[in-house]
Amino acid sequence: MSLVNFTTREITCKIVYYGPGRSGKTTNLHYIYGRVPDSRRGRMVSLATQTDRTLFFDFLPIDLGQISGFSTRFQLYTVPGQVYYNATRRLVLQGADGVVFVGDSQARQLDENLESLQNLQSNLLEHGVDIRTIPLVLQYNKQDLPRELILSPADLDDALNFRGVPSFSADALHGTGVFETLKGISELVLKKLAAGTAA
Amino acid sequence: MSSALNPKYSFATFVVGAANRLAVTAGHTVAESPGAAYNPLFIYSGSGLGKTHLLMAVGHAAKKAAPQLNIEYLTLDEYVEAFHASVAAGQGDAFRRRFQNVDVLLVDDVQFLTNRKEMQSELLRLTEALQAAGRQIVLTSDRPPPDIADLDERLISRLSGGLVVDMGTPDYETRVAILRRKAEERGARFEPGVLETVAQAEVGNVRELMGALNRLVAFQAVNDTSINAETVKQILGLTGEGAAAAPPGAGRAPAAKGGGGDEFGEFLADVTVTVGKAVEAWRARVGEAVLRWEGEGYRTHRLEALLQRDAPGAVDEAIAAFAEDVERLKVLEAEVSDLDPAAAGQSVFRDPERLGEAEQAAAKVRDGAAPPPGPSAAFPLAAFAVGPSNQVAVSAARAALERPGKKYNPLVLVGKSGLGKTHLLNAIGLELARGKRAVVACLSTQAFIDELIAAIDGNRVDWWRARYRRATALLLDDIQLLTGKERTQEELFNLFNLLQDKDRQLVFTAPAHPNTLSGLEERIVSRLEGGLVAELKEPDREVKRAVLERMLGQQGVHPEPALIDYLADRPTDSVRSLVGLLQRVVGAAAAQDGPLSAGLAREVLEGQAPRDPRRSSGFRTSGLVVSSLGGIKSREKVVWDWIDVADRMIEDFR
Repeated sequence: MSLVNFTTREITCKIVYYGPGRSGKTTNLHYIYGRVPDSRRGRMVSLATQTDRTLFFDFLPIDLGQISGFSTRFQLYTVPGQVYYNATRRLVLQGADGVVFVGDSQARQLDENLESLQNLQSNLLEHGVDIRTIPLVLQYNKQDLPRELILSPADLDDALNFRGVPSFSADALHGTGVFETLKGISELVLKKLAAGTAA
Repeated sequence: MSSALNPKYSFATFVVGAANRLAVTAGHTVAESPGAAYNPLFIYSGSGLGKTHLLMAVGHAAKKAAPQLNIEYLTLDEYVEAFHASVAAGQGDAFRRRFQNVDVLLVDDVQFLTNRKEMQSELLRLTEALQAAGRQIVLTSDRPPPDIADLDERLISRLSGGLVVDMGTPDYETRVAILRRKAEERGARFEPGVLETVAQAEVGNVRELMGALNRLVAFQAVNDTSINAETVKQILGLTGEGAAAAPPGAGRAPAAKGGGGDEFGEFLADVTVTVGKAVEAWRARVGEAVLRWEGEGYRTHRLEALLQRDAPGAVDEAIAAFAEDVERLKVLEAEVSDLDPAAAGQSVFRDPERLGEAEQAAAKVRDGAAPPPGPSAAFPLAAFAVGPSNQVAVSAARAALERPGKKYNPLVLVGKSGLGKTHLLNAIGLELARGKRAVVACLSTQAFIDELIAAIDGNRVDWWRARYRRATALLLDDIQLLTGKERTQEELFNLFNLLQDKDRQLVFTAPAHPNTLSGLEERIVSRLEGGLVAELKEPDREVKRAVLERMLGQQGVHPEPALIDYLADRPTDSVRSLVGLLQRVVGAAAAQDGPLSAGLAREVLEGQAPRDPRRSSGFRTSGLVVSSLGGIKSREKVVWDWIDVADRMIEDFR
């Protein structure tokens, strides 16, 4: 899929929120949905189980209107976090322009984070994408939890961010860091255009 | 009374965009053929969008196309002032006459005609008069004619009768192009994205844009730090409105759930900046390149094709390659226009796509452009005998050689026939030709005339002219031959002026002082007189001795000093006749197979006939002089030897 179409003057960014189950990907999208004016957001598609677990994926289209003469659209997706939905994850990941990895800051979830990160790498590779080349940011969610339960952003950086990508600490439930993360990934995605290697 | 045209305001410095393309095209048309296309041309636009610039550009271009045109630029206020002043002085008619003789009248800011009835009728009269005479009027205003309050109906219809065209505010790409051009003019460098951010601000006109740029230049200079796209917004106070180009309403859209700030608006602003930097940047670069080269008259298909592409790819490389090709075209065109101005106008020199063809065309012209005839190598300066009689001329020649074109230009060598003018002329030519890239045209005036006639005949006078215009020095022998050759005089006159303007050395020879030559046009004579006229006199003893010694030395003969003294004392009025004397003596000596001696010379030259009359008759020397110095031994010697042998054979036979 073409990210920037100079003929039709359109920019379309597909951003996928990735991460282990219950790390807060859907919460991110919900917060964003709540902040986007009605006129600019499409219907948020959310296929959830009764216990609010993402069954298939969430989809939130945002229309940013005309920017520098380009009609600009962002498409935000989440993947189901549970291990057994890998086929769905791979499908959603297809054609992604950027990935937000939403990590769970809880100390006991560290292994899940690592596993999910490895899963992301292998799924990207399935699509012929090298994780080192795709725009990627990390979000350390749930930083609002009691200190004793979570790892600090610095610790998480040590554990997860071995590629040195931008990382953001967040509290998606209350919105802290949600837009910062979105801005971060948008910038990376759009900057990639300048490098002339738009996917 | 009227303002001078500001040289900065030309078409070359005018950034063309969609908003002003029509006006600029109309301006070009008017400048190329004043009075023919749109008359009057009425340009209106808001303040600071380039009306004055365009108006002056028309003036410059018209002047360039036809330098003889009388072009007048003035603002309406200046016009009014001039009118009042002349009316006060009782010179109203003179005022009218003055403006009726203007070929291209450029009037700025005519909106100030409001409430000036008498000026309106004056302008109406002038417009009618100029139009009737086929002279061009271009006017500017900040509004179209019907909107100028209190304007005479007749004047409205007059002014609207030609072409009324407006210029709008420049679009984003044009704004970026303008900022880049101006920043470049000022030698200011900014980080990528800075000018794009400035351009995103919705400014009303170019002047405000310049104001913003000035602030950045000043800020950068004062703080000695380079500005980035973020700080730009602070410096220019753009932060309050987010990125100003964001869609209206977006920044101020109500948050869907009350409170919580406007995170989406900020996000949008952020994305806008990033898009501006990342996406639009390359497009703007291409657009700017297209505008720039199009403005310079080059075809830009190749760059336009870039814009059709989906991804930026190697845009900068493509632009650089394009610029390189254009530079090459410029070089070729300049070279060709030097060689053959008529060929330089070809469209291949304006289309980088056809660089190959341009190279071929240039090569063709290059092949056809033979250099003008140069000096003869037979006349080295070292071989020129110097004495008191020609000291002045030789010193002048040396001075001219030290600073060609600057000291004595032109240098005119006068003197009777056979005194060495041609030798000295060629010697100067040879010395000048030593310079790097020197193209020395050195020839007889007769050859010059013949070449011109041949060029006229072959319909390639332009080529002929170009050949001589390239010369770094022009040396013409026997300028008196121009007598009665009006066309050649005309051509020489032009060539003279052109070369002299460029400080290129001019040397001429003439039998007498130019102002005594009949049949030369006054303007040529006065130009010849304008340099230095140096006379060569009859050779003195010193010169004669030098000539004799050199000539004999070249033959390997070392005669007794008495011979040289004797010959040098003989009355001769020119070097040529001296050479003749010497040859007679040498001939006689060879015939007798005896030594060269003063006695023999006396015998030959005073009374006694030479032993064999054929020899002297074979030695009337005027035809020999050109190849003479050192040439005595060659052809003629062979003939002598042969006769000598024959004589001997006859004697033996007896």
